[in-house]
Amino acid sequence: MSAHISQQFNTELDTVKNQVMTMGGLVENHVLNACTALVEGDVALAEQIVDDDFKVNALEVNIDEKCTQIIARRQPTAGDLRLVLMIIKTITDLERIGDEAEKVAKMAKELAEYGASKKSYKEIRHLGEHVRKMLHDALDAFARTDCEAAYRTAAEDNKVDQEYEAIMRQLITKMMEDPRDIQRSLNVLWAARALERIGDHAKNICEYVIYLVKGKDVRHVTLDQVKKEILED
Amino acid sequence: MSDNVLTHAIDPSKLSQGIGHLNLEDEEICLEVKDLDLYYGEKKALNNINMSIPKNRVTAFIGPSGCGKSTLLRCFNRMNDLVDSARIDGEIQLHSDNIYSKDVDIPALRRRVGMVFQRPNPFPKSIYENVAYGLRLQGINKRHILDERVEWALKSAALWGEVNNRLHDSALGLSGGQQQRLVIARAVAIKPEVLLLDEPASALDPISTLKIEELIYELKSDYTIVIVTHNMQQAARVSDYTAFMYMGDLIEFGATDKLFTNPEKQQTEDYITGRYG
Repeated sequence: MSAHISQQFNTELDTVKNQVMTMGGLVENHVLNACTALVEGDVALAEQIVDDDFKVNALEVNIDEKCTQIIARRQPTAGDLRLVLMIIKTITDLERIGDEAEKVAKMAKELAEYGASKKSYKEIRHLGEHVRKMLHDALDAFARTDCEAAYRTAAEDNKVDQEYEAIMRQLITKMMEDPRDIQRSLNVLWAARALERIGDHAKNICEYVIYLVKGKDVRHVTLDQVKKEILED
Repeated sequence: MSDNVLTHAIDPSKLSQGIGHLNLEDEEICLEVKDLDLYYGEKKALNNINMSIPKNRVTAFIGPSGCGKSTLLRCFNRMNDLVDSARIDGEIQLHSDNIYSKDVDIPALRRRVGMVFQRPNPFPKSIYENVAYGLRLQGINKRHILDERVEWALKSAALWGEVNNRLHDSALGLSGGQQQRLVIARAVAIKPEVLLLDEPASALDPISTLKIEELIYELKSDYTIVIVTHNMQQAARVSDYTAFMYMGDLIEFGATDKLFTNPEKQQTEDYITGRYG
C-alpha cells in the first residue's frame, strides 16, 4: 500500500507497529525461557522472567498511549483504523501471554526447589515449543499481513488443546497411582494450563490479523467458517 | 440494531458480515440516477453515473476538488441549467418522475428539491421575511398561517430559541452559523422532499458546524438529505450512505459504516486514509 500524504502519520504507524513487534519478540523469549527453566530446572532463568515481566507491561502501556494519540489526532479510517484497533487488542493478548509465561516460570521455580526429576517434563517441553511457535507464526503473519498464515496458525490451537488434555489425563493417572506426587503434579498441570492459554491468545492475535487484512470479524466462529471468509473475494 | 444483534446471536454464521450495517437494497429509493453524463462544453464532468439515493437518509458525496460531486448535486434540482455550456445525457428520477423530461416545471421541481449553499446567503430582510419569502411566492399571505410556518421552520432548523424575540431584526445581524441555519429554515419552510446541502458547514466554526450536523440528523426523519462535503470526518459523522467520486466517476457508493471501515475499492481506501495525492 502506498504511503500517506502525511509523512508524519506514516512514521507514527510504523513506530507503533515496530513496538508491537518488539513486545512480541520479548514475550516470545519469555515463553521460550519459561519452558527451558521448567524443563532444565533452572531457577535463575525462572527468576529472570519474573523480574522482566515489567518490561512487557511497560510496552503495553506505552503502545496503548500511542494508539490513543493516533486516534485523537489522526482519526484513522479503513485499513489504518483496523490496524490501530487490532494493535490495541493484540497488545492485551501479548501482555496476558507475558503473565502466563511468568506463571510457568513461577511453577518452574517451585518444581526445581522440590527437586523433581527433569525427565517427566518431556510433554510439557513439546507443548511449550508448540505454543511458542504458534506465537511466533502469529506475529509473523501480522508483520507480513498474511491472513492465510494467520488461519493456519489459528488452526494449530486445536492440536494444542488436545496436547493439553493428554497431559492432564497423564497427570491424573499419576496422581491416582501415587498420592504423594499430587503437589508436584498439580504444579506441572498449572504450567501446562498456562501454556494452553498462550495458544488461545496466539489464536486471538491470528483473528485480529484476519480482521486487519479482510475487515471481517472472525471471533467466535468455527474454523471452517473462517476458512470460507478468507477464501471469499 | 438490537434486533440485528439478536439475530446474529442466534446465527453465528452471519457474525462476520458486520452487525447493523444499512443495506441499500432494503431502502425506499427517492432519487434514481440513470446513465448520467454531464458535459461542460467539450469537457466531460460526469461519467455514466448510476446510483440510487434512499429516502429519509443522509447521503454524503466525498472526493477531491473537481471530482464532480457538486456538479452531481446540482443535477438534482437542475441548477446546471443555469450554466450555458452544460449539457446532460441520461436521466434522474425523483420518485419515478424524470426531472429531465421536457415538460418539467422547474420552479415546481425546486420547491420539491431545496438547496443550501456553502456561504449563508440570507436576503437583506428581516429574519421573519427570509423564512416567509418562499411561502409568499407560493401565494400564502394569511398572517396566522405565515406565523405558524415561520415558527415551525425556525424550530426545525434549531434556531427558534435564539431568534424568537427579534424576528423582525435584519437577518444580516446573525452570526454565520445562525445565518446558515436561517437559510436551512428558509429551505425547509416550503416543505421540500429533498434537501441538497453543498458544503453547508465549511465556512462555519466547529461549534456551529456541530449544530448544523445535529440539525441534519434531526431533519432526516422528514427529508431526504444529500450533502457534499470536503470534510471526510463530517461525512462519516452525519451520513448513512457515502459516495466517493473521482474525476467524474462514481467509484464507490455504500453504507457509511462499511465505507469508512472496510471499503471495497483501493482508490476509496487511499482517499479516506489520506494516501491520495
